[in-house]
Amino acid sequence: MIGIPTLGRLVATGWLVLSAPSVTFGEPFLPQLDGQVLERLPVKATDPVARELKSLRASLLHDPQNVNVAVSLATKLIEQSRSEGDPRFLGQAQAVLVPWLNQGTPPSSAILLRAMIRQHAHEFDLALADLDAVLNLQPANAQAWLTRASIYQVQGQYEDARRACQPLLRLAGRHVALTCLGDIAGLTGQATISRQMLTASLERAGISTRERLWILIILAEMAARTGDAKAAEKHFLDAQSLGVKDHYLLSAYADFLLDQGRAQAVVTLLQHETRADGLLLRLTLAEQALHLPASNGHIAELTARFAASRERGTRVHVREEARFTLALLHDPQTALTLAQANWEIQKEPWDARLLLETALAAESHPAVMLVITWLHTNHVEDMRLQQLLAQFQEGKS
Amino acid sequence: MRLILAIAMLLLGVPAWAHKPSDSLLSLTVQHDRIEGRWDIALRDLDDAIGLDADGDGAITWGEIRSTHDNITAYAFSRLTITSGEMRCTAQAPRHMIDNHTDGAYAVLLFTMTCPTAIKALRADYRLLFDLDAQHKGLLRLTHGQDTTTAIFSQESPTHLFTLGEISMWRQAQQYTHEGVWHIWLGYDHVLFLLALLLPAVLRRTEGRWNPAPDFWSAFLEVLAIVTAFTIAHSITLGLATLGLIALPSRLVESAIAASVVFAGISNVYPGLAQRRQLVAFLFGLIHGFGFASVLSDLGLPRGSLVLSLVSFNVGVEAGQLAIVAMFLPLAYGLRKSWAYQRLVLVSGSLGIAALASTWLIERAFDLKLIPL
Repeated sequence: MIGIPTLGRLVATGWLVLSAPSVTFGEPFLPQLDGQVLERLPVKATDPVARELKSLRASLLHDPQNVNVAVSLATKLIEQSRSEGDPRFLGQAQAVLVPWLNQGTPPSSAILLRAMIRQHAHEFDLALADLDAVLNLQPANAQAWLTRASIYQVQGQYEDARRACQPLLRLAGRHVALTCLGDIAGLTGQATISRQMLTASLERAGISTRERLWILIILAEMAARTGDAKAAEKHFLDAQSLGVKDHYLLSAYADFLLDQGRAQAVVTLLQHETRADGLLLRLTLAEQALHLPASNGHIAELTARFAASRERGTRVHVREEARFTLALLHDPQTALTLAQANWEIQKEPWDARLLLETALAAESHPAVMLVITWLHTNHVEDMRLQQLLAQFQEGKS
Repeated sequence: MRLILAIAMLLLGVPAWAHKPSDSLLSLTVQHDRIEGRWDIALRDLDDAIGLDADGDGAITWGEIRSTHDNITAYAFSRLTITSGEMRCTAQAPRHMIDNHTDGAYAVLLFTMTCPTAIKALRADYRLLFDLDAQHKGLLRLTHGQDTTTAIFSQESPTHLFTLGEISMWRQAQQYTHEGVWHIWLGYDHVLFLLALLLPAVLRRTEGRWNPAPDFWSAFLEVLAIVTAFTIAHSITLGLATLGLIALPSRLVESAIAASVVFAGISNVYPGLAQRRQLVAFLFGLIHGFGFASVLSDLGLPRGSLVLSLVSFNVGVEAGQLAIVAMFLPLAYGLRKSWAYQRLVLVSGSLGIAALASTWLIERAFDLKLIPL
């Protein structure tokens, strides 16, 4: 009786293979209808922003030597990249500046913009070199000082950051300088006084919405780090009520809520924010905590996005990828490698926390010692980090 | 410079990007003097470069893309130069398709490039979009035989040079043999034809009814005769067609192959139709050879080593065929005396084969799709 199944199998295999679905991921396709919409552009030709960009481009075409027009256009494009969360505009801004940047001595306005573009590409050392060049030519350039302070802060070089904030007392509004200094003070063991100072800044008349948002986020994160969840929540809500959509605010608030175990609130906050990688990551973490089926699809989506980003050879997403690999892929060894690579680039409290979490999960004590040394040297105040370290000490003893 | 901008950009610990920066993906597969290429370029980038959104409504439709295909081709290929030796390779007009990537829809350009000589060293010069987006990158995947290399084009390094290792004759022969084996295994029509012919080989027709073959040796000789006739016949036409001495339209060939399977199936139920199955195997084997030839030409034949590829492909086909026979013969021989073999396998199996092949015949002859593929 073996002959029949054999033949049957042959025929059956034939039918199966012949009728197998031909949909394979990554296969190109031919749309069937002319009216089918394949892509939506971030800005329509009729949007005010698009018109402004277009008119600036036209002016530049008309007067290609005019560095002021080029700088205006590049500035507009950088702003656009920030509000749209789209790095393409940064590359376009850089391309606009190329003719001046290729000159022997580029104008400082062009170098300053390149520094900001490099800052966003996490090319911190190149950005700092650009800022040095700008400040050599224009020692009173407030923006260059502020940007320098922010890069040093991200790199965990708090003394340098503080020095870069100081000239702002003369060059910019007092509250700008105080926020710059207060942020650093809050990280390095002076959170209480810093919170008082920043809260006072909020009362000042004449600070812009953007500045208020900046101060509120710093206050909220500082309160969260010192374990004052109630105050943190209030600052986050105040910041949200300003009505400015800000990716940083959303992700910082989501991180706070995740730490508070309020995953459902994160889902409500971020359910429509699947485009930005950082926000999708936090949404997926919340979905995982709630055992929602949506997390599987989002994990696959994030895997594809990180792979695409890696193929490009850039390292902007290393922190998020480390967190993703640890918390969603449950691969502590790979996550540790990523967290270490990230630590080489930036040293904010979250970077330290990720390094600690991955090091604990992967049981790598040398990596833990790195963070401990850094924390003690800088007197970094962060409740979560202290908890993690206590956990480590317990494990050791 | 406004300080507001500076403040907006201070908080940068979180990459807030909703998109990745602009990339295009270029895949080149080098075969002798030919390059098969696939180039995926984001629709957004093409819109920035040459304008796709004709009606300015912010939505790019397939109709808008279709009407700019020529512009897309001209724009893309004016920014990609491939040279082999000192000579430029030329691209034929590409096929345009669409694919969705993690950051949106991309135009897909499928093209073939021809170079003046066999490609030993390949130089690729890529300038797409750099004038508009200084952070644009071209991600290249270059395949040559079993070797795959990757490279990234950027404004700082727009040119890459690749030296392609020689693919050894042995390696090439291996590849074509492998293809031959898989083709016979996955080409159900050939397998079914052969099986239909072989089913009665372990039986003898005497006085209008089937009886088991008296001994293994005689069954073996019968199978050997059929397989040999089929092999000789398809080798002849495979060779003639591959060398370009005979050409038949593929629809005719494919239909005739399906018809041969129908015939082989039916002739087992009406044995009077084909008393000499070696002859049937030979005559229809000629047709099957043309089918093999079209597969071989799809694989691409290196001009320098045509005969080697032809012979190794054929060796693969025969090896695959032998494996099938080696599985079939002991099984069929063991079961030949059973009622099930003589009735169920031989009659119902043959009719099943004939029925399946009939749908192929109708599909191929009338260019229909009955079986969803």
